[in-house]
Amino acid sequence: MALWRVPLDAEQIDVTLGIVHIIKERCKGCGYCIEFCPKEVLEFSKEFNQKGYHPPRVKKPDDCVNCHYCEIICPEFAIYSIEAEQEQANP
Amino acid sequence: MTIAQEAIREATSHPLDDLLRTERIPHIWCPGCGIGTAFSSCLIAMKESGIDLEKTVMVSGIGCSGRGAGYVKLDSYHTTHGRAIPFATGMKLANTDLNVVVFSGDGDLFAIGGNHFIHAARRNVDITVVCVNNFNYGMTGGQAAATTPHLAKTTTTPLGNPESPFNLPLLAYAAGASYVARWTTLHARDLTTAIQEALANPGFSFVEVLAPCPINYGRRNKEKPLDTLRLFQDKSIIKNNAHPTELDVDWEKGVVLGTFVNNPRPCSTDMYDKTCRLEEKPEKKTAA
Amino acid sequence: MRPAVLTGEHYMTGDVACAEGALAAGCLFFGGYPITPATEVAERMAHRLPEIGGTYIQMEDEIAAMASIIGASCAGAKSMTSTSGPGFSLMMENLGLAVITETPCVVVNVQRAGPSTGLPTQGAQGDMMQARWGSHGDYEIIAMSPASAQEIFYLTIEAFNLAEKYRTPVLIMTDEVIGHMSERVIIPKAREIKTVERVKAKGRKDRFRPYAAGDLGVPPMANAGDGYKIHVTGLTHDEMGYPAMTVEAQYAMMDRLVGKIRNNVKDIIRYEEFMTEDADFIIISYGVSARTGWAAVEEARARGMKVGMLRLITVWPFAEDKIRELAARVKGMVTVEINLGQVHLEVERCVAGRVPVRLVGHPGGTLISPDTVIQTIKQEFGV
Repeated sequence: MALWRVPLDAEQIDVTLGIVHIIKERCKGCGYCIEFCPKEVLEFSKEFNQKGYHPPRVKKPDDCVNCHYCEIICPEFAIYSIEAEQEQANP
Repeated sequence: MTIAQEAIREATSHPLDDLLRTERIPHIWCPGCGIGTAFSSCLIAMKESGIDLEKTVMVSGIGCSGRGAGYVKLDSYHTTHGRAIPFATGMKLANTDLNVVVFSGDGDLFAIGGNHFIHAARRNVDITVVCVNNFNYGMTGGQAAATTPHLAKTTTTPLGNPESPFNLPLLAYAAGASYVARWTTLHARDLTTAIQEALANPGFSFVEVLAPCPINYGRRNKEKPLDTLRLFQDKSIIKNNAHPTELDVDWEKGVVLGTFVNNPRPCSTDMYDKTCRLEEKPEKKTAA
Repeated sequence: MRPAVLTGEHYMTGDVACAEGALAAGCLFFGGYPITPATEVAERMAHRLPEIGGTYIQMEDEIAAMASIIGASCAGAKSMTSTSGPGFSLMMENLGLAVITETPCVVVNVQRAGPSTGLPTQGAQGDMMQARWGSHGDYEIIAMSPASAQEIFYLTIEAFNLAEKYRTPVLIMTDEVIGHMSERVIIPKAREIKTVERVKAKGRKDRFRPYAAGDLGVPPMANAGDGYKIHVTGLTHDEMGYPAMTVEAQYAMMDRLVGKIRNNVKDIIRYEEFMTEDADFIIISYGVSARTGWAAVEEARARGMKVGMLRLITVWPFAEDKIRELAARVKGMVTVEINLGQVHLEVERCVAGRVPVRLVGHPGGTLISPDTVIQTIKQEFGV
């Protein structure tokens, strides 16, 4: 999903980098996070989880801007992101 | 990406886990069901609003959305079909320190429980009602509801629904709700903000969440889960303060989302105290 | 400002005495809905509750009234509602919720003649089996039946005490005649009134099991906002209160739910014997019909007939052992009740054919005359 609209000050914004975390076993494979990630960071993985669904995998890790949209739209509490620097400080 | 990074990505706990009964996850909701998203938004709103979560209660009725109360790690009450609102009313009136959130579905709140909804709105009971509207009775296998769009197919309207659905925000507005908003699960961020505003409103607050029910509603109406969300994306019109009469759910015309009423007025307990406790007003007792 | 306990001598109706009993027991929440002949209970509570820091709310129907008192009780308030037949029918589903969630509350049914709208202003005792079995599924319930305005005052206190002690809804099954009849009611001093509070949850909040049996099989209760973060559901549940859709869970839950009443019937059941020591014939009665029974016993004794009465104060659970004991030593029994045979069936079941049992009853609208009772004893037993 591309941005619905581009903010006027998009150029001046300091974009944060996020690291996506996936709890594979909770995933039921709806694909919402993949479809609606504004940066198209995710894709379906080939592997199955124990329930038989294909959880997402991170296709373009460097593109995640830590917007948390995947986290909020996921109906399964199975995905979230953490700001990259913060995570390095507190692994 | 290194193997170490890959390992980090395979997380085992979620930021909302402190508000979840994690031993009960995975929940019963089907793949692609919107209730999980609505529920997640509700939990984030509760967390970010800064309310005292020890004094926060979730009350649900019966149905798929009614299972919400079973997954939240708060005092939570899964009541009878349609009766979450009167149960919540008793709870709030007996202990006004509680923040009471009703999380339930459209069939529960507006068909069997419709009478309770309008009266709680009229009284302006200080509770927040989050209604997941998935346009049908999901738990029982997809029957027509008071919110099923005209001509939509369900197991009890095999040739299409001959009736017209409720316009829920109009109903809430007409009955006297002091906060009314509508979003879809796709608009999860706006939805979270709306639930936060609803929690802050000292009166009856209503948030309708349009949600996909891919297995029971979508399947019979040729909508895959992603189709429903794309419909929410393409056919929704965000228009805060739109007049409630403009809010019919008609995907041909487009469906209006936004905050429609944010008009605080004295809540039921304030009016009761002012009107009924005449002499040397005693401390309102909250049973120990 | 009047206190919760109106100590002194009063002349009041049964409905008003019922409300005063509730207040004396510590009731702080009433969810009401008007219905003849129970309206006066709600009216009294609407006047009195705000005076003592409680809350009265008039709900939109009896379904809501019942739901609201369960919610209020879960929030920690002793709570009550009152109704009559049609409203009682509407309350049945949520009565089951109170049973399965083990929520203390009191429901007053001022009975009138049915079915349906029936005779709204005239008394009957036709809801006794509904009181026992009205909600779906198996369960045990406590129901008490007062025979005077004074007694309804005390029984309402008792009802709250039993509700709190056993974490169960308790029914006051009174009737139009007791409800509307004005009598002398003596209200004692507040400190002379014994009130019981639910056993509260204590200990580590993360280890609390909300539905694990405590003393008498009753789990200690955490109210909403106590910090225990409990889950309460009308589904079959395990000790954590979590839905458990298994046969084993159903067995375990029902065993305790029913057991907490059945194993404590000695503590719960109250009855009164009147001239039964040497009696050949026993009248079994309760509520307003017991007044017929008293008069009939006195009249029969005056005529030299050895008649006594067992007055059921707690109708449910049923005083089975007492009735079996009486059946072993008398020649016959009559059940006196204003219906076409409800508690009578239970009497027959307990007597099990050892002695003849006859019903003196009618479908409601008026009282039963003592003469009818005596005539029945004469005719049926050939005295």
